[in-house]
Amino acid sequence: MATTLADDLRPLHHPHSWVTKYVWSQDHKVIAIQYSCTAIGIGLVALVLSALMRLQLGFPGAFPAIQPDNYLQFVSMHGMIMVVYLLTALLLGGFGNYLIPLMIGARDMVFPFVNMLSFWFYLLSVIVLVAGFFVPGGPTGAGWTLYPPQAISEGTPGHQWGIVTMLVSLAIFVAAFTMGGLNYVTTVLQARTRGMTLMRMPLSVWGIFTASVMGLLAFPALFVAAIMMLFDHLAGTSFFMPTMQSMGAITPTQGGSPLLFQHLFWFFGHPEVYIVALPAFGIVSDLISVHARRNIFGYRMMVWAIVIIGALSFLVWAHHMYVSGMNPYFGFFFATSTLIIAIPTAIKVYNWLLTLWRGDIHLRVPMLFAIAFIFTFIHGGLSGLFLGNVSVDVPLSDTFFVVAHFHMVMGVSPVLVIFGAIYHWYPKIFGRMWNETLGKLHFWITFLGVYAIFLPMHYLGILGVPRRYYALGETAFIPQSVHLANAWISIAALVVFCAQGLFFFNMIWSLFRGPRADPNPWGAASLEWLTPDTPPAHGNWGPHLPVVYRWAYDYSVPGAARDFIPQTEPQVEQRA
Amino acid sequence: MPVAVAIAMLVVGSVAFHLFSPWWRTPIASNWGSIDSALDVTLWICGAAFVGLNLFLAWALVKYRHRPGHRAHYEPENPSLERRLTFWTAIGIAGMLAPGLAAWGKYVSVPKEATVIEAVGQQWQWSFRYPGPDGVLGAAGVKYITPDNGLGLDPLDPFGRDDILVESGDLHLPVGKPVKIVLRSKDVLHDFYVPEFRAKMDLVPGIVTYFWLTPTKTGTFDILCAELCGTGHHAMRGKVVVETPQAFAQWQAQQSSFGQILAEAPPAAMSILLIKANACIVPASWSIR
Repeated sequence: MATTLADDLRPLHHPHSWVTKYVWSQDHKVIAIQYSCTAIGIGLVALVLSALMRLQLGFPGAFPAIQPDNYLQFVSMHGMIMVVYLLTALLLGGFGNYLIPLMIGARDMVFPFVNMLSFWFYLLSVIVLVAGFFVPGGPTGAGWTLYPPQAISEGTPGHQWGIVTMLVSLAIFVAAFTMGGLNYVTTVLQARTRGMTLMRMPLSVWGIFTASVMGLLAFPALFVAAIMMLFDHLAGTSFFMPTMQSMGAITPTQGGSPLLFQHLFWFFGHPEVYIVALPAFGIVSDLISVHARRNIFGYRMMVWAIVIIGALSFLVWAHHMYVSGMNPYFGFFFATSTLIIAIPTAIKVYNWLLTLWRGDIHLRVPMLFAIAFIFTFIHGGLSGLFLGNVSVDVPLSDTFFVVAHFHMVMGVSPVLVIFGAIYHWYPKIFGRMWNETLGKLHFWITFLGVYAIFLPMHYLGILGVPRRYYALGETAFIPQSVHLANAWISIAALVVFCAQGLFFFNMIWSLFRGPRADPNPWGAASLEWLTPDTPPAHGNWGPHLPVVYRWAYDYSVPGAARDFIPQTEPQVEQRA
Repeated sequence: MPVAVAIAMLVVGSVAFHLFSPWWRTPIASNWGSIDSALDVTLWICGAAFVGLNLFLAWALVKYRHRPGHRAHYEPENPSLERRLTFWTAIGIAGMLAPGLAAWGKYVSVPKEATVIEAVGQQWQWSFRYPGPDGVLGAAGVKYITPDNGLGLDPLDPFGRDDILVESGDLHLPVGKPVKIVLRSKDVLHDFYVPEFRAKMDLVPGIVTYFWLTPTKTGTFDILCAELCGTGHHAMRGKVVVETPQAFAQWQAQQSSFGQILAEAPPAAMSILLIKANACIVPASWSIR
């Protein structure tokens, strides 16, 4: 509970010019916005790629410009951008940066300069990633999983240079994340204000904190895998390359193991799912609690569930590899560990529902997105039990069932939380209010649209329709109705795609024309709403740091005058 | 309110979609009914959870919606309720896991009497090899590949001489006989996938992988590649013909063995083949032809 940052504002690096304030800024809030805008910008590229993929799948042959190579490049870049450069960067670099110091009562991150470097490294990684579109051969088309040998062999688009830019970009991203992640972890552990015990922190901070610890442990696996593959590709080593045939000739490589890469990749890749999910879990808990005017149900259980999920997620990676050709006996262990992780996850779902139960539910736009998240997450979480249950995975792996599952659980669900979170904190971040009608319209089209996209995909997968197929062609077990379904899914996808315009218009228009926001429009109890200025000034808290006397969830406390008690309000007993 | 109605309608709609959608498993053509049953058990348990949880969500949204004068109930935790929920979740999980692991136990135990058949993948086609009368597949590897030895059999291994080769043709299987399909890739990762068999497994260059099945239904089925293998991934197709043992034996008698191919190869091709096999330095105690 000791604080290392005093009330003294002097240690802060105060900006002196426009450039140091908005470009080379060391203010966590500016860095958060820089991170978020970059992430959303590159996310839009991935969104366009998904629309192009859907055009090909829904209307095969209608767009001769989309060739098999292009299609695979769209698939690969879409996946990698969404998982790493959008979701990870936005939830940790964006929300983590903005919320951690404000929610724990700190003036800034403990290493503001490293924090700034983290963003600029991230921007560099995005630039290198985008450069992949312009190198000879185009970006990599090896799938976001980048499995060797095909990622660096003839027959795969982008095996010449696209894979190099991808791997270099990932390595830079890991460096950026490490700088950011160390900062988040250290800030949470060292810079909490007086009275902010760990068990008084909002769940958003718990989610982001645990995800950052996990990232620091998981990303190195991706880093070494990327470096080793770069060596294989550029220096002729054989880490992942066995003796094989390529273009009719025997390669000089010898003895490498493609499975080694898969283990390294998924040792990163599975925790990565939770690196995205845990901040979303935390944030959505806060949204639900605030807008249901009720304490989060079972707070301690929620904290432990986050920590246990984080720990267990390092023991389940090979459930992505049941049919990879690894020793099949691993399947017993990984199926068991995978299904065990469903228990703490289910507890989180129950507690969200039990928070709504006996609540006083205000259905504002952020809450609508939080409710939609509960629905999609239940759906996506349950479909994960099929895939985790080893033998059930055998017919389903590499079919559209997998595509449907991971989009529901780690595409749609976190994105719904991100939308909810943006609507929720926008008045604090920019001091303006967005338009409610546009927000609701955006919600309804997005929520119903994504379900129309992904529900049928589960059934195509159960039928056996394989993923990553440029065209299904004439296949006996695939009836004509599947092609019709694909066309409808594409239409739904394009509608959802267009509906995002509503969101961007609303956000940008409100930035200039939105009404001035109340400093605490939702009546929230957590610290970030109690700043003296809205938007918070550099240093966040004015002359004195806030002092915390209670947890962040004192909503509708019996006997209290209002239906929330801010964390800074002393306990009654202490006052007496 | 509308969101509660929407959630309830989505639950009803999902159940209706499940009941009336034309897309479900292909009719099974192998012994892996246990996989289908494990999927069914998982579906029932997960389906009940999906319906129950979301209807509770919709109900709570209606019942506890904001009204003037209404106030939420303050209750930080309820350990006994949480314990009960954890317990019943664990029961549900165990109920799914048990049939899943039981089916996997069968999947990893190849019956002793299973015939070994090899499927070889390359960008972007399938080839197959049968062990011939001796019942043993000869040694093979990428390093032995020549234009006349596409599957890369070791020409010095006597066990390979009677192996029956089917390059880029159909795979034939006798109905009712367990087969262990061993998988080998010449280049990148592939995956041998026949939806009607339920079973699948990756082909990994550098190692030999396997799975087993017993075809239970005669007919012709598509073989797809289910692991991204480059530009032609979607076009990497093959066919498997499941037929009666008599028809299978008849078909097999018409195929050529590796020995026959060697016998018909011109001397120049033979030289290349032997050089690839390092025949000059590997002592061979048997004649080549």
